[in-house]
Amino acid sequence: MICRTSPEVGGMGHSIKRKEDLRFIQGKGNYVDDVNLPDMVYGHMVRSPYAHARLKGINTENAKQLPGVLTVITGEDLAKANLAWMPTLFFDKQMVLATGKVLFQSQEVAFVVAEDPYIAADAAELVEVDYEELPVLVDPHKALDPDAPILRDDREDKSNHIFHWEVGDRAATDKVFEDAEVKAKVHAVFQRCHPAPLETCGCVADHNAATGRLTIYLTSQAPHAHRTLFAIVGGIPENNIRVISPDIGGGFGNKVPIYPGYVCAVVASLTLGRPVKWIETRSENLQSTGFARDYHMTAELAATQDGKIQAMRVKTLADHGAFNAAAQPTKFPAGLFSICTGAYDYPTAFCEVDGVYTNKAPGGIAYRCSFRVTEAAYLIERAVDVLAQELKTDPVELRRKNFISPEKFPYKSPLGWSYDSGDYDAAMKVALDTIGYDALRKEQQEKRAKGELMGIGISSFVEVVGAGPAHTFDIAGIKMFDSCEIRIHPTGKAMCRMGTKSQGQGHETTYAQIVAQELGIPAADVTVEEGDTDTAPYGLGTYASRSTPVSGAATAMAARKIRDKAKKIAAHLLECSEEDLDWEPGKFFVKGAPSKAKTIQDIAFAAYTNMPEGMEAGLEAVDYYDPPNLTFPFGTYICVVDIDKGTGEVKVRRFVAVDDCGNIINPMIVEGQIHGGLTEGLAIAFMQQIGYDENGNVQGGTFMDYLLPTAVETPHWETGKTCTPSPHHPFGAKGVGESPNVGSPAAFVNAVVDALSHLGVKHIDMPIAPWKVWNILKEKGAVN
Amino acid sequence: MIPPAFEYLRPQTIPEAIAFLQQYGDEAKILSGGQSLIPMMKFRLARPGYLIDINRIPGLSYIKEEDGYLKIGGLTREADLENSSLIHSKYPIILDTARVIADPQVRNMATLAGNLAHGDPANDHPATMLALGARVVAVGPQGERVLPIESFFVTLFTTELQHDEIVSEIRIPVPPPGSGGAYLKLERKVGDFATAGVAAQVIVGSGGICQQVGIGLTNVGATPIKARKAEESLCGKKLDETTIAQAAQLAADEAEPSSDLRGPAEYKRGLVKELTLRALARAYERAGK
Amino acid sequence: MAKKQLVQIKVNGRNREAMVEPRLLLVHFIRGIPGLTGTHVGCDTTHCGACTVLLDGKTVKSCTMFAVQADGCELLTVEGLMQNGKLHPLQEGFKEEHGLQCGFCTPGMLISSYALLSKNENPSEEEIRWGISGNLCRCTGYQNIVKAVQYAAGKMEQGGKDDLPNIA
Repeated sequence: MICRTSPEVGGMGHSIKRKEDLRFIQGKGNYVDDVNLPDMVYGHMVRSPYAHARLKGINTENAKQLPGVLTVITGEDLAKANLAWMPTLFFDKQMVLATGKVLFQSQEVAFVVAEDPYIAADAAELVEVDYEELPVLVDPHKALDPDAPILRDDREDKSNHIFHWEVGDRAATDKVFEDAEVKAKVHAVFQRCHPAPLETCGCVADHNAATGRLTIYLTSQAPHAHRTLFAIVGGIPENNIRVISPDIGGGFGNKVPIYPGYVCAVVASLTLGRPVKWIETRSENLQSTGFARDYHMTAELAATQDGKIQAMRVKTLADHGAFNAAAQPTKFPAGLFSICTGAYDYPTAFCEVDGVYTNKAPGGIAYRCSFRVTEAAYLIERAVDVLAQELKTDPVELRRKNFISPEKFPYKSPLGWSYDSGDYDAAMKVALDTIGYDALRKEQQEKRAKGELMGIGISSFVEVVGAGPAHTFDIAGIKMFDSCEIRIHPTGKAMCRMGTKSQGQGHETTYAQIVAQELGIPAADVTVEEGDTDTAPYGLGTYASRSTPVSGAATAMAARKIRDKAKKIAAHLLECSEEDLDWEPGKFFVKGAPSKAKTIQDIAFAAYTNMPEGMEAGLEAVDYYDPPNLTFPFGTYICVVDIDKGTGEVKVRRFVAVDDCGNIINPMIVEGQIHGGLTEGLAIAFMQQIGYDENGNVQGGTFMDYLLPTAVETPHWETGKTCTPSPHHPFGAKGVGESPNVGSPAAFVNAVVDALSHLGVKHIDMPIAPWKVWNILKEKGAVN
Repeated sequence: MIPPAFEYLRPQTIPEAIAFLQQYGDEAKILSGGQSLIPMMKFRLARPGYLIDINRIPGLSYIKEEDGYLKIGGLTREADLENSSLIHSKYPIILDTARVIADPQVRNMATLAGNLAHGDPANDHPATMLALGARVVAVGPQGERVLPIESFFVTLFTTELQHDEIVSEIRIPVPPPGSGGAYLKLERKVGDFATAGVAAQVIVGSGGICQQVGIGLTNVGATPIKARKAEESLCGKKLDETTIAQAAQLAADEAEPSSDLRGPAEYKRGLVKELTLRALARAYERAGK
Repeated sequence: MAKKQLVQIKVNGRNREAMVEPRLLLVHFIRGIPGLTGTHVGCDTTHCGACTVLLDGKTVKSCTMFAVQADGCELLTVEGLMQNGKLHPLQEGFKEEHGLQCGFCTPGMLISSYALLSKNENPSEEEIRWGISGNLCRCTGYQNIVKAVQYAAGKMEQGGKDDLPNIA
C-alpha cells in the first residue's frame, strides 16, 4: 500500500497538473527546429525515386554552382571516410548515402548544404543522378523464391533471408495439435505502419573547431545511446560529443534509430565548421524512417471440446525492408513476440519467425510497443476469437475459462516469460459491467433479426514492458538499465536528472511526484531535466514503456539512498540514534514523540551547514537500476461497432478500456496516455498503412494517404482500471504508455468480425477500410 | 517543402489581372485561395513563373439573389458559404457541400470559384453545381462569357476557361418552391477527398411528380459527372422507392471510377448507387419542407 | 531568385517588416523574422494544422500561404494569446484538463479553438470536434482537448458575467 501524501506534496496518486505545460501553451517549447545557432546552414536530402536501381553516376556540379550552396555530399565522398555505411541497431548495416545501388524508394542519395533552406531545396533539384532500374522485390512471400532478385549483394550470404528464430517446444506442440479435439487457425497480417509523430525527425549538428566539441541537437528518444554510437561509428572521442535532445514533438519509437540525415549533418558540420540543421519533411519521415510491424502471421490454437486451450503454434514472416534496422534488444530478433501466448493458461507453445529483405524502407521499430508485443497481442486475441467461433461459444466465456488465475503468479509462460502479477478476470469483470455486455448481446440478436449489423469486440491483452534485466537485455551491447540522479539543494529544493527522455509523457511531472512520494519534497519543488548527455546520468532512453518501470524505479532507489543519509543527519540533529526515528513523507520524527521532528528541508540545509562529524557534505544520490524482471501490464478492452451496410462504414459506438498498470503515479496522465494510445490503435485498425505498389512506390507517403484521425473520427473513450501492483518494482508500478496501442487493434477488429460472424466471416486484415467491409457483404450476398 | 521561385503580382482590378495573364501567358497562374495550388508548388508539381494574386481585387466576394439567380462572387470563400444565412435557409445542398470540403482553416481561404476552375474531379462543388445547373461567369480580354456548367469540365484538370480568363461569378437559378437538394460524400476522414460523392437537386410538383432533377457525381471519373440517364429516368415520375432505386442504379452505371487507395472501382460504383439513393431521398424530403 | 518585396505584417500587435522572396511561406516568415517559433510545421500537405494562425480574425494554415499575401494584415499567433501577463482561458484550460502531451500541435489547436470560441461561445462536444478538425494531434486522442475548450468556454462565460455592471 502506498502512503498517500497531501495534495501540496503531490506524491503518487495525485493528478497534479503538468509542470511542462506552461511553456508549451505559450508557444515557448524548444523543439529541434526551434534551435537557431549563429552562422547556421541547412541540409537537404536528395532521395531515390526508384525502389531498386543501380547508381550509374551522380553529377553535383550544377547544384554546387548555385549561389549559396556550400557543399554536396555523396556516398562516394562518405566512402572515403569509411562512413558510407553505418551499423543498424540490429546486427546489420545501412547505407548513409547510397553507393553502388539504391534499395528502396526515397533512399538517401546525396546531401546538399546551403546558406538557406530555400536554396538547399533548389540545389537538390539540380543534383543529377543516373539510375539503371533493377527488378523490384515487394512481396515478402516471394523473397526466398529462387528467381527473386538478391537485394543485399554487400552481404556474404547471398540470400534475402535475414534470420530464423524459434522458441518453445516444436515436437510437443505438434503432438498436441495432432490429438486436438478442436483447432482454430488464423492468417493475420499486421500491416506496415509508421509512428508519424507530429514533429518529424531532425537535428542541428554543431562542431566547434576551436574546442573540438561536437554538439548535436537531436530528436532522440535515447540521447546517451546515440552519443555512444556517434563516438563508435564516427571515431570521435565520446567526451567530445554532447547530444541534446530538446523538447520532442512525439516519438512513439520513430526517434529511436539513428538516421542517415543525422550522420550527414554531422559530417557537413565537421567539414564546414558551421552548425548544420537538417529537418525532415513529413514525406521523408513517412517514406524513409523507421516503420513498424509488417508481420505476416499464422496462429493456431488447439483446444478441448469444452473450451480449454491446450497449445499455440505460430509461424511468422517478418518484412524488414532493405536493411534490418529493427530497434530491439540484441538477443531478440523478433523482439518480445513470444508473449503471444497471451493471458491464457496452457503448457505448450511453439513460435517461429523468419525475417526477410524487400525493397522497402528499413526498420521494424517498436511503434508505441515493447518490441513486437503489439503484433503478439493482436495475434492471440484474434486467434482466441476464431477459436470461440469454432467452438460456437461466447468469446468472453472462452477467455474467462482460460485466464491464468491470480494465485498462479508469478506465472511461467510456455514460451519462457515469468509474468509478475495479474488478475485478468478482475479487469474483464469491470469491462463487462461498464459496457453492459449481456444487454449488448441481446441487442445484437435483435438487430440481426432486422438485418442490421453491430458487433462487440473483446481484447484481454497482456503486455511485457520495462526492458530490462541486464542478464538478458541490451541494445547494441549496452545493458538496458536506466538511471536517475537527485540533488537536494540546501534550501530543500531538488534537481533530478534522468537517462530517459520524455516525448510528451509528462516526465517532468511524474518523476517529480516519485521524489515527492519518497522524500516528501513537494513535486512543485522538484525540477526534472532530461536529454542533455553532458549533465544527465547514462541511460538507454524512453521507448517500450520503460521509463516508469526502469527510470522510475531508479528515481525511487536514488531517493531512498538520500533518505538513508537524511536519517543519519536527522539523528544527529535530534540527538538520538537512527533506530529511534520513524519516517513519514517529508520528515523524520522520534518514535512516540512526533513533535520531535526534522523535515527533509531542515535536513537538506544541515547537509550543507551542520552535518555530523566525519560525514561528506551534500545530499545527493544516483542510481542505475537493473530491473529484476519485466513488468506485465494488462487489461480488457471492449468495443461496440455499428456497420452501415450501404457504404461499408464502421462506426465505433462505444469503447471501454479497463487497464491495470499497477500502482499509478498520476491518474490524469495515465488516462491521457490511454486516450492517445487508443486513438493510434483506431487509426491502425481502420486507416493506416504504408503500402507499396508492384514497383516499390510508396503508397501512403504523405498525410494525404497515411491517414491520421481527426477529432471527428475519434470516438469518446471510456476508461476504467483495476490495480495489481508489480511485486518486484520499488513502488509497484508497471508502465502504461503502450497498453492502449497494444490492446486495442484486436478489440476493433474483433468487433467488426463479430458483426459479420453470422455470415461466416472469421478474419479481416487491417486497415479495415469501408470498401473491405462492403466487398465482404457483397460476396456474402448481404447487400445487392 | 519549399516552393520554387516566382514573381508575385498583385493586381487591383480584373482588367489588370487579365493584362498580366496575357503578358505572361502559360507561365502565369492565378492565385486565389491557393489551397490546391500552393501544396502542388511545395511538391514542385506546379512551378508557375508568375503568380497573379487576385485576392485584393475588390467587389468579388458576395452571396446574393438577383435577377432570378443566386450569385456567388469569384472570391467568395467556402467559409462565407458556410456562414451565410441565405445559403442556410434556401440552399442546403450548397451548405452540405461547403462544410465537407477540407477543414475549417482551408475553407477560410478556399473559394467556390477555385474549386470549379481547378478542374479536379475530386473536388466537391462541381457535382453540386452540375446538380443545380449553375453557370460560370468568366471574364477575359473580350469581356464576359457565361459558361453552362454542363460543358465546363473538359478533361482532368482542364476546363472551358481560357488561359486569360478569370471566374468572376457563379450563377445558380433560384430554385422554385418545391425544390430540395442534398450533397453526400463518403470520405476516409475529415480533410480527405471523396471516395465518392453525389449531389442531387429535385423540383417536385403536385402529387410528388418530379419536374426537374439534377444529379452530379464526385471523384468517379476523369471529370465531374452529370448523371444524365439517372436524371432523365426521374423526370415526370413520382419519386418513390422504385424510381429512386432505378435512378441510383443508372447513376452507378454512368460513373467511371478507377481503383485506387480509396477502394476498388466496383465499390465506388456501389457507393454511387447508395449515395444517390440517399441524396435523392434527402432532396425529396427537403423539397417537401 | 525572384525580386524581394517589402512585407509588413502586424504580428501580435507589433509591426514586423522584412524584404522577402515572394515564395517565402508565411510560416517561415513568422518563425524567422520575429523569431516566433511557437507556430510549427508538421506536414507538407496542408493536413496537420500545427502552423495555424489567425489572419485578420480567421484561421489559416500558414504553411499554405505566402508571406506576401499577408502584407498589411494582422496576425495572432500562440505567443499573442497571453494578455497582461495572464494566460488566456484556453491556455489555462489546456493545462487544467491535460489537453496536451508533446505540445507540438498545441499552438495550432489553441488558435483554432480561439477562433471557434469567438464564433460560438458555448460549443457542444460535436461542434468542438468539427471546429478542431483541421488540426491533428497524435498524443491526446482529442478527448481532453474537447474538455479544455469546454473549460475555457465556461471560464469566459464566467468572465463575461464578472464584467457586467452590478445593477442590484
